[in-house]
Amino acid sequence: MAFNYDQYLRTEKMPTLWCWGCGDGVILKSFIRAVDKLGIDKDEMCVVSGIGCSGRFSSYVDFNTVHTTHGRTVAYATGIKLANPDKYVVCVAGDGDALAIGGNHTIHGCRRNIDITMIIIQNFIYGLTNSQTSPTTPRGMWTVSQKAGNIDPTFDGCELAIAAGASFVGRENVTAPKKLEKLFVEALKHKGFAYVEALSNCHINLGRKNKMANAMENLDWIDSITISKKKYDTLSPEEQLNLLPTGILKQDTEADEYCDMYKEIQEVHQGLRGKITQDDFKKKI
Amino acid sequence: MSATREVISSGNELSAMAAVDAGCMFFAGYPLTPSSEVMHVSSDLLPKKGGTAIQMEDEIAGICAAIGASMSGIRAFTATSGPGISLKAENLGLAQMAEVPLVVINVMRGGPSTGLPTRVSQGDVAQAKNPSHGDYKSITLCAGNLEECYTETVRAFNLADRFMQPIIVLLDETLGHMHAKAVIPTVEAVEADIKLRKTFDGPAEEYKPYGVAQDEPAVLNPMFTGYRYHFTGLHHDASGFPTEEIETCRKLIDRLFRKVEEHEDELESYEEYMLDDADILLIGYGSASLAIREAVNVLREQGVKAGMFRPITLWPSPEAKMHELGQKFDKVLSVELNMGQYLEEIQRSMGRLDIEKLVKVNGRPFSPADIIEKVKEVF
Repeated sequence: MAFNYDQYLRTEKMPTLWCWGCGDGVILKSFIRAVDKLGIDKDEMCVVSGIGCSGRFSSYVDFNTVHTTHGRTVAYATGIKLANPDKYVVCVAGDGDALAIGGNHTIHGCRRNIDITMIIIQNFIYGLTNSQTSPTTPRGMWTVSQKAGNIDPTFDGCELAIAAGASFVGRENVTAPKKLEKLFVEALKHKGFAYVEALSNCHINLGRKNKMANAMENLDWIDSITISKKKYDTLSPEEQLNLLPTGILKQDTEADEYCDMYKEIQEVHQGLRGKITQDDFKKKI
Repeated sequence: MSATREVISSGNELSAMAAVDAGCMFFAGYPLTPSSEVMHVSSDLLPKKGGTAIQMEDEIAGICAAIGASMSGIRAFTATSGPGISLKAENLGLAQMAEVPLVVINVMRGGPSTGLPTRVSQGDVAQAKNPSHGDYKSITLCAGNLEECYTETVRAFNLADRFMQPIIVLLDETLGHMHAKAVIPTVEAVEADIKLRKTFDGPAEEYKPYGVAQDEPAVLNPMFTGYRYHFTGLHHDASGFPTEEIETCRKLIDRLFRKVEEHEDELESYEEYMLDDADILLIGYGSASLAIREAVNVLREQGVKAGMFRPITLWPSPEAKMHELGQKFDKVLSVELNMGQYLEEIQRSMGRLDIEKLVKVNGRPFSPADIIEKVKEVF
């Protein structure tokens, strides 16, 4: 029997505003299957989105949903999670949302290792606002804000998340929806900050300007720049240069989670334990 | 008169105590002189009662986390000073649009820009009226003494839940750091007066969070209770979902105004000091009113019949009352620690321009002598 997506969707809000052939729908469906696989009750989850095409994600899913200001998903989600540590809190943000205007919040969400799953819909471009350069736009590609070609260095969000301290980091491609679903399952199960990049196509606003004007051409290009982490690790640095590894890139189940740590703070103030000291931590600096 | 207690404290500390006593369970903010003590005290008091206080990575994150916590159904607040309000402005707008209750303490310092970080000012009064872009109706309370740093913060939490929007409480550097005895209500008295936001308890399929009377605020149920709905900063319909339908968009903004304008009687708060037999009307608020009060006392000893009008709710302004005073008094002097930000509102309310003004923008508080001298000079 076909999977019943409708049970998790606000079907009256369909069709989505996403363009025909957009990968965002694949991400939405993979996410729903992951939630279903884990048996998460719809009332146990809050989905927070920002601004951009990804921002509409929250209005389509039948959870507690918040459509915030541009770049601030992690900051809103941090408040929601700290106030409700036993609930699932998921952020959905675009590459511009998470890595440009909201970069600071992304860094500090990772650093705190608060138990939030952050899904980055990474399509290498500002899609909703018609093709401006994003931090992930490859160098030399053409955008409306850099018609002569993008000279800005390209940002790898997963490397940022790893360096900033996220305890779970992964990346998948919309051409592999089953793998994407599996990655979402692992990210949602993970206790701590899970940063998950879902590479998606924007053949309309990236593709049309860069000789991949239909969805398949754009998807083929994404396939050509992605490689499983297992294979990636066998390559030389020169061979790795223009490839993005996919799969689980980091998984640390030992790292302290922020809400758990905050319970200790509450216990200090309630006289249930002594003050927290450096001796409480393995890694101090 | 409710039961009271005596404490020795500062304005910033009293404000944080008030939040905790008013049932607030969440603080998020960022260090900013001269407001930081609000965070310091919250960080001690909130975890003690099972709440949370978090220092975020920036001012914007501070307000966003507080709004997020409030969206989930609990009382939340943040504290900052003028530069922080400038940074928080966009998300204050989201809280106005999505009708999320929130208390924002602004301990004013000299501006613009970094200005005078450790010096007093009342330079954020105009900003408090419209900190964010777009059309909405702000509510701003202004503490005039140590006691009110406590009582106005408590009032702000009840008003936030009543009107479902952010409430700004203006303190200033003088009040925030003034350390003295204050007589404040007991915790029991504050708790007895808590009025939480309304909730809907009918069937979920009939729940329309924004489908309310045109003069009423949204009814937002706590998250995770079976009423799954949508918050957005976009124009939205009764169910909370984005829309561009012409009449729905017009009605939404109209309602954001009318929910406040048609209930201004619930908001109005001011003090009249020695006005009954006065010839000269002095108008001022916040810490400036401490000097005005003393000036009135001294002037009266010298045979000059002065009195003071002190708005406590600054926005919406007590315009009808100020209009009435404008008819009654020929001699009116406005006293502000800015270039005359509220003077424009006084002129508008009174419908006259011949109002004397005393302003000070050097980061120092008024002395009663400044005011006495000005009164003698102009009247």
